[in-house]
Amino acid sequence: MKLFLIFMGAVVVNNFVLSRFLGICPFLGVSKKIETAFSMGIAVTFVMTLSAMASWLIQNYILIPFGLERFLQIVSFILVIASLVQFVEMVIQKTSPALYQALGIYLPLITTNCAILGLALLIALKEYSLIESLAFGFGAGAGFTLAITMMAGIREELQFGDVPKPLEGAAIALIIAGLMSMAFMGFSGLIAM
Amino acid sequence: MDNNVFLISVISMGGIGAFFGIVLAYASKKFAIKVDPRIEQINEALPGANCGACGYPGCSGFAEAIVEGEAPVDGCPVGGREVAEKIAGIMGVEASATQERSVARLYCQGDCEVAVDRALYDGVQDCRAAQAVNGGPKACKYGCLGFGTCAEVCPFDAITMDENHLPHVDIEKCTGCGKCVQACPRNLFELVGVSKEVHVGCKSQERGKDVMKVCKAGCIGCRKCVKACPFDAMKFKNNLAKIDYEKCTSCMVCVEVCPTNATYSDFDKRKKAVITDECIGCTLCKKVCPVEAITGEVKVKHQVDPEKCIGCSLCFEKCPKDAIKMIREE
Repeated sequence: MKLFLIFMGAVVVNNFVLSRFLGICPFLGVSKKIETAFSMGIAVTFVMTLSAMASWLIQNYILIPFGLERFLQIVSFILVIASLVQFVEMVIQKTSPALYQALGIYLPLITTNCAILGLALLIALKEYSLIESLAFGFGAGAGFTLAITMMAGIREELQFGDVPKPLEGAAIALIIAGLMSMAFMGFSGLIAM
Repeated sequence: MDNNVFLISVISMGGIGAFFGIVLAYASKKFAIKVDPRIEQINEALPGANCGACGYPGCSGFAEAIVEGEAPVDGCPVGGREVAEKIAGIMGVEASATQERSVARLYCQGDCEVAVDRALYDGVQDCRAAQAVNGGPKACKYGCLGFGTCAEVCPFDAITMDENHLPHVDIEKCTGCGKCVQACPRNLFELVGVSKEVHVGCKSQERGKDVMKVCKAGCIGCRKCVKACPFDAMKFKNNLAKIDYEKCTSCMVCVEVCPTNATYSDFDKRKKAVITDECIGCTLCKKVCPVEAITGEVKVKHQVDPEKCIGCSLCFEKCPKDAIKMIREE
């Protein structure tokens, strides 16, 4: 039950994009088409789950035992996540070209995104267990996918809308993001965490 | 204590870094994907303009298609011969030798001085837009509208509009990408080999009398050029002379006889045959000359009469000793 609560909490209540305001750049940059937005979301979910595991291991087996968690957290998380994703990318490219094509350029792009680092730091902060970290990472990714796909859907529809001239392009995208964020505020209190 | 923390930090960070470094180095070897090195080489040989004239998405798409055998090695119209030979070298095949650089030529000479307008057009200054408004302002249904759409679409700045609103192609800059051929609503551009010097600058299929009414530089269908051509290269169809570039040797005889200068060329570029001392007097050139410009006896060095020579280069091709040179007159 607790795992489910962590998962749902990461998807809707504390959605990374709309409540924590992490990963805004891909959220605005890659949300012009539903198709690409969804692939981006899948890639983010993949990397988040992976980095949740990696950062938990680093935190609990290297940083805490040596008393380094206060000042080496960020740099070691980034180092580990970036190399791990690079490694996984190579493996995927070799073993499954179809999956590599689907994730495409997004995979290496998001390794150093703030949402990924934010996730790693949050896991350390909340002192989750390994399984809980995985659930949290997967939920965060799913929440990101949900948000970016919705955003892309709205922006696609908006092509046909009558947007006032000064608000065209990035301006209206930011307004939509704000409105979506306000809508997601409605989920707060759904789960007491 | 402080020293200790410092040491542990360095060792653990260095350890993590070294570990992943080694793993990645190993993985890059172990999981290396073999990309055909020829793709990269061909990509470098290509012009890199990504114009899409080859029909593939950009230069790299074309390079991949060549390696997969889908595209011909000389499929890049922009790079022309030089690039085709480079690619052929990379692929280990021969570039087809007949391929020469193609350039766009305009088949109309009706600028605003020689061709009359039949209406005043005040709309969007674009040939395609003008053509849509009842065929545009020009009285000639076939001629250049002169709004410079070709110059606008040319990605290489090879087309300029002169003061009489007629486009001029700079054949040095032209790469034969064909953008203007597609853009011209009256299909006045054609891609022709760069060595071809003679062109019929008219596409009007009206009868001679009607052509004369609307344009002073149009083909009036007199067929003088057809009769004058020594190589049967001038065809006549639909009241219009048309050059068969397979047969044309750029001898410019047709240009001399054309009464309206619809068939045009640059006489400065006319070549003359000159016989060198290599000549053994075999008389082959004398026999092949269509204008009897070569004189001489058997086993004596022959002479070319420069007044008569039309620069057709038939003798040049025929000579078994390579004793004939084609020289451009100064």
